[in-house]
Amino acid sequence: MEPATRLDHNHKLSLREFPYIIRWRDDRCTRCGRCTAICPVKAIEPTVKVQRIVTSEGPVPTPMAVRKIIHVVEQMTDMERYCTGCGTCTLVCPNDAIEPEYNPQNKFLHFKNRGGEGYKRGGRRNDPAISTLDRLKFTRISMLTDPALDAGRHEFRVRTLLGRILPADELPLKRVNGKLAVDRESGKFIPPVREIFPIMIGSMSVGALSPPMWEGLAMGVAYLNEVEGLPVVMATGEGGVPPRLLKSKYLKYFIIQIASGYFGWDEIIHAIPHMVEDPAAIEIKYGQGAKPGDGGLLMAQKVLKLIASIRGVPQFVDLASPPTHQTKYSIEEAVAKMIQSMSMAWGFRVPVYPKISGTKTARAVLNNLARNPYASALSIDGEDGGTGAAYNVSIDKMGHPIASNIRECYMDLVKQGKQNELPLIAAGGIAKKGNLAANAAALIMLGASAVSVGKYMMQATANCFGDEYNRCNLCNTGKCPRGITTQDPKLYRRLDSDKVAERVVEVFKAANVELKKIFAPMGRSTELPIGMSDGLSIDDKAMADRLEISYAC
Amino acid sequence: MCRLAAITSNEYFSPIENILALESMKEGHDGSGLGLTLKDLGSDFKELKGYPILSGICSKEGAKKLDYFMEKAGFKLIDVWAPKIKPVKGITPRDHYFARVYDYPSSYKHKPMAEKENLLMNVRLALRKLGEPDESIFAFSFYPDVLTLKEVGDPLHVADFFGLDRDNLKAKIIFAQGRQNTNYVIYLYACHPFFIQGYCSMTNGENTAFVPIREFLISRGFPGYIGYNSDSEVFTHILHYTLRQLGFPLTYYKDVITPLKDSEIENREGKEALRLIKQSLRPLCIDGPNVVIGFTPDGTCFMAHDSKKLRPGVVGGAKGKFALMSEECGLDSAIPERNKSEDIFPMKYDMVIVKPRAEGVKIWNQLQG
Repeated sequence: MEPATRLDHNHKLSLREFPYIIRWRDDRCTRCGRCTAICPVKAIEPTVKVQRIVTSEGPVPTPMAVRKIIHVVEQMTDMERYCTGCGTCTLVCPNDAIEPEYNPQNKFLHFKNRGGEGYKRGGRRNDPAISTLDRLKFTRISMLTDPALDAGRHEFRVRTLLGRILPADELPLKRVNGKLAVDRESGKFIPPVREIFPIMIGSMSVGALSPPMWEGLAMGVAYLNEVEGLPVVMATGEGGVPPRLLKSKYLKYFIIQIASGYFGWDEIIHAIPHMVEDPAAIEIKYGQGAKPGDGGLLMAQKVLKLIASIRGVPQFVDLASPPTHQTKYSIEEAVAKMIQSMSMAWGFRVPVYPKISGTKTARAVLNNLARNPYASALSIDGEDGGTGAAYNVSIDKMGHPIASNIRECYMDLVKQGKQNELPLIAAGGIAKKGNLAANAAALIMLGASAVSVGKYMMQATANCFGDEYNRCNLCNTGKCPRGITTQDPKLYRRLDSDKVAERVVEVFKAANVELKKIFAPMGRSTELPIGMSDGLSIDDKAMADRLEISYAC
Repeated sequence: MCRLAAITSNEYFSPIENILALESMKEGHDGSGLGLTLKDLGSDFKELKGYPILSGICSKEGAKKLDYFMEKAGFKLIDVWAPKIKPVKGITPRDHYFARVYDYPSSYKHKPMAEKENLLMNVRLALRKLGEPDESIFAFSFYPDVLTLKEVGDPLHVADFFGLDRDNLKAKIIFAQGRQNTNYVIYLYACHPFFIQGYCSMTNGENTAFVPIREFLISRGFPGYIGYNSDSEVFTHILHYTLRQLGFPLTYYKDVITPLKDSEIENREGKEALRLIKQSLRPLCIDGPNVVIGFTPDGTCFMAHDSKKLRPGVVGGAKGKFALMSEECGLDSAIPERNKSEDIFPMKYDMVIVKPRAEGVKIWNQLQG
C-alpha cells in the first residue's frame, strides 16, 4: 500500500525536535526582513499564509469570515537549516519581535546525521553542568593569626616560568670571590626559560579565526606587554603566522604552533634568518582536548588568498591536518627528534614543548618528557577545550577532564622531585562559566605552572555566541555570525579588531587583579602558588580524595 | 606571635638569659611550649666536644628501647646529663629528659665528619621512628656540642621546671623560642628550634608556601627531610639544603627564600647565576610573614625576613655578645648595657650576620649583594 506521508506530513519533523524554537511575535514584527536576511543558517524564512479572520462590525453580531494573505516569519523544520539559537535575529530586530528559545526536550542528535554523515560543529563540550574547576574553593585564608596581604597595596609577582628548568644540583656554578657565577667552561646546556603571565591565549589559528579576530588578539597581547607590562603570550595555532609579524619585534610574544599539517612552516622556516626576535616558544601539537585523536580541517571556503599565502597552499582547497604526525612512530624517538629539530632551528634559544589532549596516558608522555632535557613543558588540553571544527561525538564524548589529569601529572613529578623542572600547562574548560582567574588559580594550586585559554577569549573579547547548550557553534561552517571564525569579508567586517584588542587588555588586567584578590587572603604574593594544594577544598569527598585536597562542606 | 630569643657570645652564659628575654616579650596567653637549642656547650660538656650528644625525651619503656637500639648501633654511652626537674603546676612531667653523650661506633671513629653526620642523623631518625607511634621516644638532636630541650608550657614555667636557674648548664650560642600555638595541636616535634646536621633555625609567623616547599624538600630524596609537624621546619631544611647540599655561601639563603625580582637581579654581581638559582629553587621561595633566626655549623648566627618584612626583628650588642630577638624589649633584657643607637633593625632586603664567637656583626644587603 502506498504510504500516506504526503497527505499527513508524517515525514516532517516537528519543531519540538529542534534545539531552539523561534518565538516570533506577530504583533511586534514590522516585517522589515532583517532577521531572515541575517540568519546564518537560513532557519527562518519570510513566507505568506492564508489566514481566516472572523469579523463583526454592526450593532448586532453578524460574524463574517474573511480570508486574508498575511506575511509571517516561519521557522524551518529542515535539519539542514536548524535554528542554532545564535540570536543574531534578535540583535538585528528593531522591535524585539523575535528570539530563539532553548528547547530542552529536543531530539536534535537523533536526526543530525543525514546523508550518513555524523554531526560536525565547533565550540566545546555541550555540558552545562558545573565543572570540577568551578567547584574548587579557596579555603585557606590567613586571618587574625597571620594577617592577610593587601591585594591593592602589596607587591605581587603573578608570573610563571615557561621552559625547562635545571635542578639546582646540576647548575653549572662556580665560586668566584665567595660569590656564585656561571661556569661557562662547563659546557652545560642551559635551557631557555621565559617569564610570562600565567594565563596565556591558547592556540587558535590564522584561518580558523578571521583576520580581525586574530589581529585583535595579537594587538591586545602586544599592548599588554608593551604598555601594561603584563607579559601575556599567545599561541598561534597551526596555520602559520602573518609574514609581517614573523619579522617584527613582537614575535617574542607569540608561541608558534606546529601541528600534523605543518601549514605555514615553509614560510616560517624561510623567515628565520630575517627574524629580529625569537618567538616565545614552539608548541608541537599532538592532540587537542576537544577532539582527541582527531586531525584538523580548514574548509575550502575559508582558504582565501591571505590564508593561502600564510599557509603556503593553493586557494580554495580543504586543508586537512592528519590525526597524527606522519613522522611519529614512537615518543622515545620521533617526538624527541621533533623537539630537538625545533630547538635546533632557533639555536636552542627557544623553549619547545608538546601539547597533548587530556588522557589517562598523560603520565606516560610526561615521564618521557621529564627525561628529555630539551622538552620545555607539557601542555595538557582537557575535554572541555574548544575547537573550530570536529565531530560532535569527539567533542562531547572523547577526552579527559583537566583537573585530575593535571593533578596526577604534577604529583607524579613531585614523586620524582621534578615538579620544578618541567612546567605543566593546563587547558580545557577554563572560564567555562566566566571564572577565569578562579579557574586558573585552582589549576595552579593543583600543580599547573600556567593555563591556556581559547574559547573564553572568543566569548569575552568578541562576544562569541557559543555555549554549552549548543548555541551557535557554527565555527566549522565559515558562517560565524559574529565574524570570529569566518573568512567571509561580509561576515568578518562585523568585527572590529580594535574593540577585540581593547577587550583582550581588559580581560587580562581584570584577571591580574582577581588573581591577586585570590592570592592575597591566602598569604601568597612572592611566588605563584604552584601546587599549593592545602589552599583548595571541594564539596565532594571522592573528588577531594582524587585530587588529594581537603573536603569542605 | 611566637617569641624568638637568640644570644651568641664569646663566653659561656646561662639559657635563663634567653628565657628572661622571652618573658619580657610576652604578651597575652603564650603557653604552647619552649624550645632551647644550645651550641658550643660549657660546664661538664666542655671536655666532651668531639662526642655526639643525643637530646630528647623518653618514657621508661622508651629508655629501654633506646638503650638497646644504641648499643646495637655500636654507640658507647660516655655521659648522661638530665635536667633537675622541679614539679611545676601545669606541666606534666615525662619520665626522662636527657642529653646523652656517646662515643662513635669503632668503625666510624676515623671517618670524615660528613659521614659521621649522616650516621648521627640516621640514628636520630631511626629513634624518632621507633618512638613516635607511642610517643615513647622523642629525639630532637644528635650532634656534637649541641643540646636541645623542649617541653610544652609557659616558657618561664618550663625553665623553672627544668631547673635552668639552678643548673650549671651554659653555652656560647643559645636559641630559645616561646611558642604561641595557634594553628596546630601542641606536639613536641612541632617545637622550634629545628636542627639538622649542624644547621638550626627558629621562626615566627606563618609560612603560607609550606606545602609546595615541603613537597620539594621531601622529593630531594634526603632522609633527613621529614617531619614537618610545623610549617617552620622547612626553613631549617632549606638552610641545610642550600648550604650543605648545594654548597652555596650563607647569603644565598636569603636569595633562595626571598628571591629578588628580575629587574633587581640585573644590578647584582653574578646576576646570571642568581637568575638560574631563582628559577631552579623557585619552590623554596617562602611566603607570608616570617622572621628567621638561625646558626650554621661554624657558629655564625643570622637573621632574615620575609620579602615584605611583615614581622619585626632586631639585632644588637657589641663585640663579644650579640642578641637576635623578635622584639626590642627582648634585646633590652638580654643586653641592657649595649649602645642602643647601634641596634640593627633589618629591612626586607637585609640579612644580619653575626660572626662566630660574636666577633662582629654585618648587614648584608640583597640588592647590593
